[in-house]
Amino acid sequence: MFDEMLASADGVRAPYAEIDRWIQKSGLDKLQLRRAEAEMLFRKIGITFAVYGEGGDPERLIPFDLIPRVFSGREWRQLSRGIEQRARALNAFLWDVYHRGEIVKAGIIPADLVYRNEAFLPEMIGIDPPGKIYSHIVGIDIVRTGEDDFMVLEDNCRTPSGVSYVLENREIMMRMFPRLFSGRRVQPVDQYPAQLRSTLEEVAPPACKDDPTVVVMTPGALNSAYYEHSFLADQMGVELVEAQDMFVEDGLVWMRTTQGPRRVDVIYRRIDDDFIDPLAFRPDSVLGVPGIFDAYRSGGVTICSAPGAGVADDKAIYIYVPEMIRFYLGEKPILKNVQTYKCADPSDCKYVLEHLDELVVKEVHGSGGYGMLIGPRSTKAEQEAYAKRVIADPADFIAQPTLDLSACPTLTDDGIAPRHVDLRPFCLVGQKVRLTPGGLTRVALREGSLVVNSSQGGGVKDTWVLADDE
Amino acid sequence: MLSRTAENLFWMARYIERADATARMISMGARMAMMPARAGGDDEWRSVASATGCGDLLASEDEIDEGAILRSLILDRENPSSILSAIGRARANGRAVRTALTTQMWEALNDTWLKIRDLDEASVERDVPGHLDWIRERCALFQGAAEATHLRNDGYDFYRLGIFVERADLTLRLLDVKYYVLLPETEVVGGGRDHLQWTSLLHATSSQRAYHHVYHGDYSPWRIADFLILNRLSPRSVAFCYDRIAEHLDRLGRGYGERHECHKTASGYVATLENQDMGEIFYTGLHEFLNDSIARNNRLAGEIADAYLF
Repeated sequence: MFDEMLASADGVRAPYAEIDRWIQKSGLDKLQLRRAEAEMLFRKIGITFAVYGEGGDPERLIPFDLIPRVFSGREWRQLSRGIEQRARALNAFLWDVYHRGEIVKAGIIPADLVYRNEAFLPEMIGIDPPGKIYSHIVGIDIVRTGEDDFMVLEDNCRTPSGVSYVLENREIMMRMFPRLFSGRRVQPVDQYPAQLRSTLEEVAPPACKDDPTVVVMTPGALNSAYYEHSFLADQMGVELVEAQDMFVEDGLVWMRTTQGPRRVDVIYRRIDDDFIDPLAFRPDSVLGVPGIFDAYRSGGVTICSAPGAGVADDKAIYIYVPEMIRFYLGEKPILKNVQTYKCADPSDCKYVLEHLDELVVKEVHGSGGYGMLIGPRSTKAEQEAYAKRVIADPADFIAQPTLDLSACPTLTDDGIAPRHVDLRPFCLVGQKVRLTPGGLTRVALREGSLVVNSSQGGGVKDTWVLADDE
Repeated sequence: MLSRTAENLFWMARYIERADATARMISMGARMAMMPARAGGDDEWRSVASATGCGDLLASEDEIDEGAILRSLILDRENPSSILSAIGRARANGRAVRTALTTQMWEALNDTWLKIRDLDEASVERDVPGHLDWIRERCALFQGAAEATHLRNDGYDFYRLGIFVERADLTLRLLDVKYYVLLPETEVVGGGRDHLQWTSLLHATSSQRAYHHVYHGDYSPWRIADFLILNRLSPRSVAFCYDRIAEHLDRLGRGYGERHECHKTASGYVATLENQDMGEIFYTGLHEFLNDSIARNNRLAGEIADAYLF
């Protein structure tokens, strides 16, 4: 296991020197006290996510670990190049599959995988979104296994969430430990909302001739990520709208205001494709706005991310992202993929079934860490049951080697101990590509656990990128 | 601003005002229940219950259980008029428009909710006055945060309209359930009970000291009604509320460059209150006046919603 703080031959790795001094100086008792204080702050500000149907308080806190995760400036430069490269390639892929499909014709990606994909929206064929951009906020989940070994675990091209934690975690750390930041070496993250707003304004639709009006669209206060929706709207200084606040007339989208209807140009929607427009997609959707897809198609409004962007972040498509980078950008991929076996492929499937005890097997369309088998942590019976599911529908599964994820020092009930982490940076794609240094570090709080999802006992950490190298 | 935002601000303000007023009325009820000359038995709790919109709870019962009333009015999740429900709804409205609240307003509201939600009946019963004081303090903190931090924009106008529409309604409803004690025929010279009854109205609006300052301790039903209806200095009087309502509607009208039906209703009622005196109201019937005013106030709330599309 690569311990991001302690992996150095001569003790603490350089980027963690400051953190190490701080931990020594504060002492465990004090840190434990401050942990409770941090939790109170999160409650008070109302930084919660909602879990329904499990009983108890539906408004939950994501556990926050006080000890920051740190990247050196050098590490981040390398990562950021790889992230931006990937975000550009994914958008090029989306434009291609909704137009001529060159990558399919070139035989690089099987046609079925694209055109029969559930996330592929035939309605999007031939539509030209402003700037040819489909995924304006790309969340790329990255894991680390060694000093220079970073790999992409998955891409999120629809509406990746978690960026509010990036900003709030930093806010809370600065409020609680101002001295940690007094060296002024930690790169700020609070430019994100302004950059998001610029990104959204840059993709205003053709029908918009003035300053574009941007809104954030939420399914409502009961949605699990509602806090983030309101946070982003607030930070950008734009309206937070629900479907009921908008209507379509003359091919344009309007919102109902106290001064009558007002034009909406760019919608950063935080609802799924299916629900956007009951006329175009799910007729039973009450979260959508009738006619909004037509307005989009005719250039009256821009929907971010574009409907159908999800085809690029599918787990079956993921395997081909390095090929996309070569095909569209003519570049060498900077970030590696995790080796992935496609059960749709008979020889891969055979290998997977023979090595269930050492692989992580996932459903192609699954998310949130549910429905997967972690081989080394499973019983024989679980493996056998899972094998039956794979055999029944091989195309629905992929498998990856169990990664030995890097770990960061984390405050637990029994003191400071290493816990596995991953990283989700948020890359913004408008006329320019923008990336806020750092991202969301998720940490698996249970000892030995590799699952970082908040729905399954994961927590978060403030993530630092240092301004320069020592 | 979004119409839904305006609506949420308006209702958030109403619910906070309601929680505050309910706490005041319960204090009054508890105080009256301690008085020795309690002719008429449990009338006080009946008035409190009907003024807070919980009259149904008691309609069928002969014997009133004070503990049950307190439980129902303070912490009952099932009772939509309880203080807990009012604060929960204020918070739900506030949460739906978090971007329209300042951080201080939100934190005051959210903190109150998190605490009241976790209160248990036993500890409230051990110290009812202490908890009612706490609720009033929390409402004052929230309203103070709004005064100190909210932009004076249209959102502020909708917020303030909510406060004063609700306050006018509550004052009118309180008077309506107690109007009979103010009627001249119940005025018995030196009657201890009536004196208590009249002053209970002042207690319910926390204005007994203010009343002293204005009328120098001269208690009479006529003056008490005047203080709660027509006196422009009394911050809980109907006239005061309507001055504020008209003021904020005027600001909206100027800002948006458009006036609506609600502007006419509000300024018409301000003029009515200006030209009335208490003698005239008693002469034509206090009860009728109150009923008519409650109806007007409800109509105004509907007209505001229509004008601003919520």
